[in-house]
Amino acid sequence: MRRRDFLYMTGVGLGASMVPNMPAFGKIISVEESLTPVDLALKKKMADIALNAAKSKGATYADVRIGRYLNQVVATRETRVENISNSESYGLGVRVIANGSWGFAATNNMDDASIAKAAEAAVAIAKGNAKLMEEPVQLAPQKGFGEVSWKTPIEINTFEVPIADKVDLLLKVNSEAMKGGAKYISSNLFMINEQKYFASTDGSYIDQDIHRIWPTFTLTKTDAGSGKFETRNALSAPMGMGFEYLKPKDEEKIKGGPVTMYKKRYDILEDVSEAAVHVDEKLKAKPAAPGKYDLVLDPSHLFLTIHESVGHPTELDRVLGYEANYAGTSFLTLDKWESKKFNFGSKEVNIIADKLETGSLGAVGYDDEGVKCGQWDIIKDGILVNYQTIRDQAHILGLKESQGCCYADSWDSIQFQRMPNVSLAPGNAALSAADMVKNVEKGIYMFGRNSYSIDQQRYNFQFSAQLAYEIKDGKIVGMFKDAAYQANTQEFWNSCVQRCDKSDYRLGGTFSDGKGQPGQASAVSHGSATTRFNGVNVINTGRKLG
Amino acid sequence: MAILSKEEAQAILKKVIGFSKADHCEVSLNGSDGGNIRYARNAVSTAGQISTMSLGVSSTFGKKTGAATINEFDDASLQKVVKRAEELAMLAPENPEFMPPLGPQTFAESNTYNAKTAAMTPDTRAEMVGKSLSVSKTAGLDAAGFLENSTRFNAIMNSKGLFAYNKGTDVSFSVTVRNKQGTGSGYVEQGFNDLDKMDTLALSKIAASKANGSAGAKAIEPGKYTVILEPLAASDIIGNMFRGFDARSADEGRSFMSKKGGGTHLGEQLFSENVNIYSDPMNTEIPSSTFTSEGLPVKRTQWVEKGVVKNLSYSRYWAAQKNVQPLPFSRSMIIEGGTQSLEDLIKSTEKGILVTRFWYIRSVDPQTLLLTGLTRDGTFYIENGEIKFPIKNFRFNESPVIMLNNVEALGKPVRTGSGLIPPMKIRDFTFTSLSDAI
Repeated sequence: MRRRDFLYMTGVGLGASMVPNMPAFGKIISVEESLTPVDLALKKKMADIALNAAKSKGATYADVRIGRYLNQVVATRETRVENISNSESYGLGVRVIANGSWGFAATNNMDDASIAKAAEAAVAIAKGNAKLMEEPVQLAPQKGFGEVSWKTPIEINTFEVPIADKVDLLLKVNSEAMKGGAKYISSNLFMINEQKYFASTDGSYIDQDIHRIWPTFTLTKTDAGSGKFETRNALSAPMGMGFEYLKPKDEEKIKGGPVTMYKKRYDILEDVSEAAVHVDEKLKAKPAAPGKYDLVLDPSHLFLTIHESVGHPTELDRVLGYEANYAGTSFLTLDKWESKKFNFGSKEVNIIADKLETGSLGAVGYDDEGVKCGQWDIIKDGILVNYQTIRDQAHILGLKESQGCCYADSWDSIQFQRMPNVSLAPGNAALSAADMVKNVEKGIYMFGRNSYSIDQQRYNFQFSAQLAYEIKDGKIVGMFKDAAYQANTQEFWNSCVQRCDKSDYRLGGTFSDGKGQPGQASAVSHGSATTRFNGVNVINTGRKLG
Repeated sequence: MAILSKEEAQAILKKVIGFSKADHCEVSLNGSDGGNIRYARNAVSTAGQISTMSLGVSSTFGKKTGAATINEFDDASLQKVVKRAEELAMLAPENPEFMPPLGPQTFAESNTYNAKTAAMTPDTRAEMVGKSLSVSKTAGLDAAGFLENSTRFNAIMNSKGLFAYNKGTDVSFSVTVRNKQGTGSGYVEQGFNDLDKMDTLALSKIAASKANGSAGAKAIEPGKYTVILEPLAASDIIGNMFRGFDARSADEGRSFMSKKGGGTHLGEQLFSENVNIYSDPMNTEIPSSTFTSEGLPVKRTQWVEKGVVKNLSYSRYWAAQKNVQPLPFSRSMIIEGGTQSLEDLIKSTEKGILVTRFWYIRSVDPQTLLLTGLTRDGTFYIENGEIKFPIKNFRFNESPVIMLNNVEALGKPVRTGSGLIPPMKIRDFTFTSLSDAI
């Protein structure tokens, strides 16, 4: 199964019979097979065949990615298991520059002849595309690293944990939810291992072993009398971690507020238990009165606001127009960056791109065109100072090397510019979320992602939360329903007035950020501490049918 | 070759079933062959050709089911995938909702395949994209677009003797044309089974015209307006409504079809009287497969008649629970319209807003199906039957259920997305804020 198909399934529910809808790629494999990586010497041999074949046909540059993508999903609903699958997609993709143009081809036939043929096909495509080219590719130089490796620093490989243990945990989650009065509960565990090998004519042979995990649930209660129903999703973050993420530790919990929040360990049983109570509160919550509020945004909510309003508009390919037909362009045009004084946000706003942050979804040692990953500023004291680039874009910003933002979701997808982890730095002064709330006169405290929508240049947006609490005179006085905030990106970030300190800093993230045609999915994290935004416009989204 | 004939597919599936030792075995075989071109800034950025085939096996002992897939087709691989599915079945917990496979069924012969589309080559695609680029280059505009085609087949068989086969073709095209100043943008999107219906030149001219026409957009106040939704815009919103026609979620109180005090809105007037919605896999404009993935025949079904909900979709399991016949949902939803063109609808409008398309639509409230999103790539103010000037994009907060209660007129349906949808004139459509995005 290909990763994007796996991710697609996560969005459509995992009910019913799986097989007739099984995607056309990848295959179910045993757990034992998943724990046996492909021999490193064999990967180097295959890579050299592709590189040599490309060069012999006239490629001036070539890279090859040998990808083995393992996905495991355990899906349950109430007292039953809906799906367990363990699948693999394995193959090789070759990208070349010939006659100044890009070409790409992929194969899952890993014999020498098929690999060479794929490389030759990539060169032929490049030469064909060259006829329609406006200007030749300018590739930023990249030194070869020789034979190197990188691995997500996991403690427990999720693929080594018995399926029965995962089923037991999820069924306990469901049982806990039903004990709390939930009528419907689905819980899922998604696990990904990307075993990626990259080689290029620059002289790099990079072997990487990347792990990600996402436990989640949706709990629903209905009230037949009123005809109302409410849900609450898990407040877990998908993480670049192993199964240790599901081994709770008290020191990784933030308690004392209306919701228990989790750092790099997650207590799914505790969260579902609280969710059952929250849904009762949601069914009785009072409608939010429209108006201006000071928003206190928990990282479990703010991460997606960062993703949509900072992460996407600072992608250089969008700025240049490469995504115009699909994901859109960006209001952060080059002139704003060139001015060196574009006021993106208040002085509180320091946004950092980071491909190395431990536990994050986007953490890798090297990107998918052999660039060593690092960290850089995107917004510094409120001013736009940089974008996210790959090798054939670096010259546009006058950079001598790429920022390492290239990624492909499969061996048969063409790597292109994808978002690094993009995070809001926490404040320097000691401040807890509880203390922040104490100073708010009229506000709303929001947790968790709910409805998110932003325009195609990433300007006007409307966001709502899983949980919205009314703050009055420094105290949380109850729950609001139908509260959504609308703003434009620049006004919103200029209304940022206060950040909690690093002790409150947490990662949120998404497993399936879509971009490109044909579409590709990538996983990325966004960190922040609880943050306050003053005077944001809140609307009431309640409507009646009939 | 990824596209097998009915006989070739049948032979592989029979062989696989022959290897099965399970109580029940269900097998599916899928293949596709196609290619694409992506372009931006008036130049091709990527192009590809993809050919794949895959076999899926589902084996059941009692109520314990295991599934496996493979993309190798020698006898040893076929035996391996069956064995793996059986091993997984033995390890799986019982599924209390397991339904035994269907016996043989009768299916209508679909009309989803077109030989000319199946014969598309990289050169055909390049030529079609070349026509699109000629429009933007000649007009001094920037185009970004995507052209994709595929031929695909799927076949299913089970150990109770059911067999079904379908072959189809698709070609889809979309292009966004923007002016060099970045102050105007236009968009078109079309999909067909038949290549002859796809005119990338004419479509690109529409997008270019909208790019020029939408430059210099004025701001008008958010509020409730009469809107004319082009079929793509209408489809963007209404497509979100159809999953609510699932009987189970309605019965369980988890859908807009659920009724206060229990029960569902089946049989009730939920929309305006001029709303009629049906699906028909044999419709020549939007043909689709005549069977579901588990082998249920798909037939013409009326979902809404004169605004009354006539049917909800029942899975086999839920149908058995409710003692009714299973009723599969269709991918080809058709909303009946009239004979008026989009231009006719504009002419009959005193004051209103023309919407080309919507963007980033998300559910705000599943209870009311309230959605939010924005207009994009050509939004215009209409007065006295004429387009007067382009306007800035709006964010909307609206429910398709409310919208279909406010239908003033429907035009001639056009294939768009997975539906055949008319342009719609809707009163009191709710825009809540302005966007400066172009």
